[in-house]
Amino acid sequence: MQLGRVIGTVVATAKVDGLEGVKLLLVQPLTKHLEPKGEVIVAADGVAMAGEGELVYYVSSREASLALPQTFVPVDDAIVGLVDEIALHGEDRR
Amino acid sequence: MKLGRVAGTVVSTVCAPVFEARSLLLCDLEDELEQPRGSYVIAVDAVGVGVGERVLILDEGNSARQVVAIPDAPIRAVIVGKIDAVESTDRD
Repeated sequence: MQLGRVIGTVVATAKVDGLEGVKLLLVQPLTKHLEPKGEVIVAADGVAMAGEGELVYYVSSREASLALPQTFVPVDDAIVGLVDEIALHGEDRR
Repeated sequence: MKLGRVAGTVVSTVCAPVFEARSLLLCDLEDELEQPRGSYVIAVDAVGVGVGERVLILDEGNSARQVVAIPDAPIRAVIVGKIDAVESTDRD
């Protein structure tokens, strides 16, 4: 899993079956020091609680769909948790 | 599987059920000579390791689900071993 920051939402009315009701969020992948790294992705919200600005971790590939209510849907990435705190070798980050 | 070193812990209250009673560790990926590869992965600890320890990381979904014994868990990365030593004949 990787760290990411929710930076927006994506609205799509016409979606493939199984993706109805799934919230799609724009996520900026982060380094462990919470600096932006790489291209922004669209991730499904597997915890249904992630909002803009939130620090999250997400899972990619086949496992992404397992985070959703219907588990065989076409998604690349899904948010599986919100980060409360990261403790790195003495330094605390949020 | 991948070689890594535990860099820290991730605390998360709102999460998928599989992570609720498990510890999440942020691991730096390393090469066989313990040099950082510049990337990291957040993995579930299935062994009981501490910060700073050199670990073996599984990053494949089917096997990860077998380790946690939940067939539909959205999990891919699991720490499956604590590394004592790596011998490499590739380079010195």
